[in-house]
Amino acid sequence: MPESFAGTKIPVMSAADIVTARRVARDLCERLGLGKADQTRLATAVSELARNVIQYACEGVCLIEDRSDSHTRRIRVQVEDRGPGIPDIPLAMTDGYSTSGGLGAGLPGTRRLVDEFQIESEPGHTRITIILRKPL
Amino acid sequence: MRIPVLSLGRILLVSIQEDLTDSDAMQFQSDLVERVAETEALGVAIDITALDVVDSYMARVINDTAYMVRLLGAEAVICGVQPFVAMTLIEMGRDLLGADCAFNLEQGLEILKGRIAKRGDTRFDEDEDA
Repeated sequence: MPESFAGTKIPVMSAADIVTARRVARDLCERLGLGKADQTRLATAVSELARNVIQYACEGVCLIEDRSDSHTRRIRVQVEDRGPGIPDIPLAMTDGYSTSGGLGAGLPGTRRLVDEFQIESEPGHTRITIILRKPL
Repeated sequence: MRIPVLSLGRILLVSIQEDLTDSDAMQFQSDLVERVAETEALGVAIDITALDVVDSYMARVINDTAYMVRLLGAEAVICGVQPFVAMTLIEMGRDLLGADCAFNLEQGLEILKGRIAKRGDTRFDEDEDA
Protein backbone atom coordinates (compact mmCIF):
# COMPACT_ATOMS: atom_id res chain seq x y z
CA MET A 1 0.00 0.00 0.00
CA PRO A 2 1.50 3.31 -1.01
CA GLU A 3 1.79 5.58 2.00
CA SER A 4 2.98 8.66 0.20
CA PHE A 5 -0.43 10.36 0.13
CA ALA A 6 -1.41 13.04 2.58
CA GLY A 7 -4.19 11.47 4.56
CA THR A 8 -6.05 11.53 7.83
CA LYS A 9 -7.13 8.43 9.64
CA ILE A 10 -10.16 8.89 11.85
CA PRO A 11 -11.26 6.16 14.23
CA VAL A 12 -15.05 5.78 14.05
CA MET A 13 -16.22 4.60 17.44
CA SER A 14 -18.99 6.95 18.49
CA ALA A 15 -21.48 9.34 16.95
CA ALA A 16 -19.12 12.25 17.71
CA ASP A 17 -16.57 10.71 15.33
CA ILE A 18 -19.10 11.03 12.50
CA VAL A 19 -19.02 14.79 13.02
CA THR A 20 -15.19 14.77 13.04
CA ALA A 21 -15.00 12.68 9.86
CA ARG A 22 -17.28 14.93 7.87
CA ARG A 23 -15.42 18.01 9.07
CA VAL A 24 -12.09 16.54 7.93
CA ALA A 25 -13.62 15.67 4.54
CA ARG A 26 -15.00 19.16 4.11
CA ASP A 27 -11.71 20.79 5.14
CA LEU A 28 -9.74 18.76 2.61
CA CYS A 29 -12.20 19.67 -0.17
CA GLU A 30 -11.82 23.29 0.74
CA ARG A 31 -8.04 23.06 0.83
CA LEU A 32 -8.02 21.57 -2.67
CA GLY A 33 -10.17 24.42 -3.88
CA LEU A 34 -13.31 22.37 -4.49
CA GLY A 35 -16.54 24.35 -4.40
CA LYS A 36 -19.21 24.37 -1.75
CA ALA A 37 -21.34 21.89 -3.67
CA ASP A 38 -18.57 19.28 -3.65
CA GLN A 39 -17.66 20.05 -0.04
CA THR A 40 -21.24 19.37 0.96
CA ARG A 41 -21.50 16.24 -1.19
CA LEU A 42 -18.36 14.67 0.21
CA ALA A 43 -19.08 15.64 3.81
CA THR A 44 -22.56 14.14 3.49
CA ALA A 45 -21.25 10.95 1.84
CA VAL A 46 -18.67 10.51 4.61
CA SER A 47 -21.35 11.10 7.20
CA GLU A 48 -23.55 8.35 5.70
CA LEU A 49 -20.69 5.83 5.57
CA ALA A 50 -19.43 6.60 9.06
CA ARG A 51 -22.96 6.26 10.39
CA ASN A 52 -23.26 2.82 8.81
CA VAL A 53 -20.13 1.78 10.70
CA ILE A 54 -21.60 2.87 14.03
CA GLN A 55 -24.94 1.30 13.25
CA TYR A 56 -23.85 -2.07 11.90
CA ALA A 57 -20.30 -2.69 13.05
CA CYS A 58 -19.95 -0.52 16.19
CA GLU A 59 -16.47 0.61 15.22
CA GLY A 60 -14.21 1.12 12.27
CA VAL A 61 -11.82 3.48 10.59
CA CYS A 62 -12.26 6.27 8.08
CA LEU A 63 -9.25 7.19 5.95
CA ILE A 64 -9.45 10.44 4.01
CA GLU A 65 -6.68 11.02 1.49
CA ASP A 66 -5.63 13.59 -1.04
CA ARG A 67 -4.79 11.53 -4.14
CA SER A 68 -4.47 14.38 -6.59
CA ASP A 69 -2.03 14.24 -9.48
CA SER A 70 -0.94 16.80 -12.04
CA HIS A 71 -4.22 16.64 -13.96
CA THR A 72 -6.87 15.85 -11.40
CA ARG A 73 -7.81 16.78 -7.89
CA ARG A 74 -8.92 13.59 -6.27
CA ILE A 75 -10.09 12.79 -2.75
CA ARG A 76 -10.35 9.17 -1.75
CA VAL A 77 -12.22 8.07 1.35
CA GLN A 78 -12.06 4.52 2.63
CA VAL A 79 -14.33 3.42 5.42
CA GLU A 80 -13.50 0.05 6.90
CA ASP A 81 -14.95 -2.07 9.65
CA ARG A 82 -14.85 -5.57 11.07
CA GLY A 83 -18.59 -5.91 11.39
CA PRO A 84 -20.86 -8.66 10.06
CA GLY A 85 -20.51 -7.53 6.45
CA ILE A 86 -23.16 -6.81 3.84
CA PRO A 87 -24.70 -10.15 2.83
CA ASP A 88 -26.40 -8.95 -0.35
CA ILE A 89 -24.64 -5.95 -1.87
CA PRO A 90 -27.03 -5.43 -4.83
CA LEU A 91 -29.93 -5.43 -2.37
CA ALA A 92 -28.15 -2.97 -0.06
CA MET A 93 -27.65 -0.71 -3.08
CA THR A 94 -31.38 -0.67 -3.84
CA ASP A 95 -33.18 2.58 -3.14
CA GLY A 96 -35.51 2.33 -0.20
CA TYR A 97 -34.01 -0.85 1.20
CA SER A 98 -32.93 -0.72 4.83
CA THR A 99 -32.36 -3.27 7.54
CA SER A 100 -32.12 -0.64 10.25
CA GLY A 101 -35.48 1.08 9.90
CA GLY A 102 -33.81 4.03 8.19
CA LEU A 103 -35.03 5.59 4.98
CA GLY A 104 -32.84 3.32 2.91
CA ALA A 105 -31.16 6.28 1.24
CA GLY A 106 -27.75 5.56 2.79
CA LEU A 107 -25.70 3.53 0.31
CA PRO A 108 -27.52 4.23 -2.97
CA GLY A 109 -27.79 7.90 -2.00
CA THR A 110 -24.09 8.06 -1.19
CA ARG A 111 -23.21 6.52 -4.53
CA ARG A 112 -25.03 9.32 -6.31
CA LEU A 113 -22.98 11.95 -4.49
CA VAL A 114 -19.53 10.78 -5.60
CA ASP A 115 -17.66 9.92 -8.81
CA GLU A 116 -16.51 6.44 -7.84
CA PHE A 117 -18.01 4.01 -5.39
CA GLN A 118 -16.82 0.55 -4.51
CA ILE A 119 -17.86 -1.97 -1.88
CA GLU A 120 -15.88 -4.98 -0.76
CA SER A 121 -17.60 -6.97 1.93
CA GLU A 122 -17.33 -10.33 3.61
CA PRO A 123 -18.23 -11.42 7.13
CA GLY A 124 -15.75 -9.69 9.43
CA HIS A 125 -14.55 -7.11 6.95
CA THR A 126 -16.25 -4.40 4.93
CA ARG A 127 -14.49 -1.69 3.00
CA ILE A 128 -16.27 1.04 1.09
CA THR A 129 -14.18 3.32 -1.11
CA ILE A 130 -15.46 6.56 -2.56
CA ILE A 131 -13.66 9.04 -4.78
CA LEU A 132 -14.53 12.59 -5.65
CA ARG A 133 -12.54 14.06 -8.53
CA LYS A 134 -12.31 17.31 -10.40
CA PRO A 135 -9.96 18.26 -13.22
CA LEU A 136 -7.31 20.80 -12.20
CA MET B 1 -25.53 20.13 24.05
CA ARG B 2 -28.99 21.66 24.38
CA ILE B 3 -30.58 23.77 21.70
CA PRO B 4 -32.46 26.74 23.14
CA VAL B 5 -36.15 27.01 22.27
CA LEU B 6 -37.39 30.60 22.22
CA SER B 7 -41.02 31.61 22.40
CA LEU B 8 -42.59 34.48 20.57
CA GLY B 9 -46.17 34.55 21.76
CA ARG B 10 -47.61 31.17 20.86
CA ILE B 11 -44.91 30.45 18.32
CA LEU B 12 -41.68 28.64 19.17
CA LEU B 13 -38.37 29.36 17.45
CA VAL B 14 -35.48 26.94 17.34
CA SER B 15 -32.26 27.71 15.60
CA ILE B 16 -29.81 24.85 15.14
CA GLN B 17 -26.45 26.57 15.23
CA GLU B 18 -24.05 23.67 15.32
CA ASP B 19 -23.29 20.42 13.67
CA LEU B 20 -25.27 18.00 15.86
CA THR B 21 -24.27 14.52 16.89
CA ASP B 22 -26.98 11.87 16.63
CA SER B 23 -27.78 12.03 20.32
CA ASP B 24 -27.93 15.84 20.24
CA ALA B 25 -30.40 15.52 17.39
CA MET B 26 -32.62 13.13 19.35
CA GLN B 27 -32.39 15.39 22.40
CA PHE B 28 -33.44 18.33 20.25
CA GLN B 29 -36.41 16.37 18.95
CA SER B 30 -37.72 15.35 22.35
CA ASP B 31 -37.07 18.77 23.92
CA LEU B 32 -38.98 20.52 21.17
CA VAL B 33 -41.91 18.12 21.09
CA GLU B 34 -42.25 18.31 24.88
CA ARG B 35 -42.08 22.06 24.82
CA VAL B 36 -44.78 22.31 22.16
CA ALA B 37 -47.06 20.10 24.22
CA GLU B 38 -46.30 21.97 27.46
CA THR B 39 -46.93 25.42 26.05
CA GLU B 40 -49.62 24.38 23.56
CA ALA B 41 -47.74 26.32 20.96
CA LEU B 42 -49.56 27.01 17.71
CA GLY B 43 -46.55 27.01 15.46
CA VAL B 44 -42.87 26.07 15.37
CA ALA B 45 -40.15 27.47 13.14
CA ILE B 46 -37.02 25.34 12.90
CA ASP B 47 -34.10 27.32 11.52
CA ILE B 48 -31.28 25.27 9.98
CA THR B 49 -29.42 28.10 8.22
CA ALA B 50 -26.23 27.19 10.08
CA LEU B 51 -26.25 23.53 9.05
CA ASP B 52 -23.90 22.90 6.14
CA VAL B 53 -24.33 19.13 6.23
CA VAL B 54 -27.70 17.44 6.52
CA ASP B 55 -27.32 13.71 5.95
CA SER B 56 -30.19 11.24 5.65
CA TYR B 57 -30.29 10.72 9.41
CA MET B 58 -30.50 14.43 10.23
CA ALA B 59 -33.05 14.94 7.46
CA ARG B 60 -35.19 12.25 8.99
CA VAL B 61 -34.93 13.73 12.48
CA ILE B 62 -35.95 17.18 11.20
CA ASN B 63 -38.76 15.76 9.12
CA ASP B 64 -40.07 13.54 11.89
CA THR B 65 -39.92 16.43 14.35
CA ALA B 66 -42.06 18.57 12.03
CA TYR B 67 -44.63 15.77 11.73
CA MET B 68 -44.64 15.13 15.49
CA VAL B 69 -45.28 18.80 16.13
CA ARG B 70 -48.21 18.63 13.69
CA LEU B 71 -49.63 15.60 15.44
CA LEU B 72 -49.79 17.65 18.61
CA GLY B 73 -51.78 20.35 16.85
CA ALA B 74 -49.17 22.94 15.91
CA GLU B 75 -47.90 24.07 12.51
CA ALA B 76 -44.24 23.58 11.60
CA VAL B 77 -41.94 25.19 9.06
CA ILE B 78 -38.27 24.44 8.33
CA CYS B 79 -36.32 27.61 7.58
CA GLY B 80 -33.05 28.37 5.83
CA VAL B 81 -32.09 25.14 4.05
CA GLN B 82 -28.76 26.01 2.38
CA PRO B 83 -28.64 25.66 -1.41
CA PHE B 84 -25.92 23.01 -1.32
CA VAL B 85 -27.75 21.10 1.35
CA ALA B 86 -30.86 21.14 -0.85
CA MET B 87 -28.85 19.91 -3.84
CA THR B 88 -27.21 17.13 -1.87
CA LEU B 89 -30.47 15.97 -0.29
CA ILE B 90 -32.25 15.74 -3.63
CA GLU B 91 -29.29 13.97 -5.22
CA MET B 92 -29.39 11.41 -2.42
CA GLY B 93 -33.11 10.81 -2.56
CA ARG B 94 -36.20 12.84 -3.21
CA ASP B 95 -38.22 12.17 -0.15
CA LEU B 96 -35.67 12.99 2.50
CA LEU B 97 -37.06 16.35 3.53
CA GLY B 98 -40.78 16.64 2.88
CA ALA B 99 -41.81 19.20 5.48
CA ASP B 100 -42.76 22.76 4.57
CA CYS B 101 -39.83 25.11 4.09
CA ALA B 102 -39.12 28.84 3.97
CA PHE B 103 -36.08 30.85 2.91
CA ASN B 104 -35.46 32.29 6.34
CA LEU B 105 -36.87 32.67 9.82
CA GLU B 106 -38.75 35.83 8.93
CA GLN B 107 -40.62 34.19 6.07
CA GLY B 108 -41.13 31.10 8.16
CA LEU B 109 -42.89 33.19 10.79
CA GLU B 110 -45.10 34.80 8.16
CA ILE B 111 -46.10 31.39 6.85
CA LEU B 112 -46.86 30.15 10.35
CA LYS B 113 -48.95 33.20 11.20
CA GLY B 114 -50.86 32.91 7.92
CA ARG B 115 -51.54 29.29 8.49
CA ILE B 116 -52.63 29.73 12.08
CA ALA B 117 -54.98 32.55 11.03
CA LYS B 118 -56.39 30.40 8.24
CA ARG B 119 -57.34 27.57 10.49
CA GLY B 120 -59.22 30.15 12.53
CA ASP B 121 -57.50 29.39 15.77
CA THR B 122 -58.99 31.71 18.33
CA ARG B 123 -56.29 30.97 20.88
CA PHE B 124 -53.90 32.98 18.74
CA ASP B 125 -56.28 35.96 18.43
CA GLU B 126 -56.63 36.17 22.19
CA ASP B 127 -52.89 36.44 22.51
CA GLU B 128 -52.67 39.17 19.90
CA ASP B 129 -55.31 41.26 21.64
CA ALA B 130 -53.84 40.91 25.07
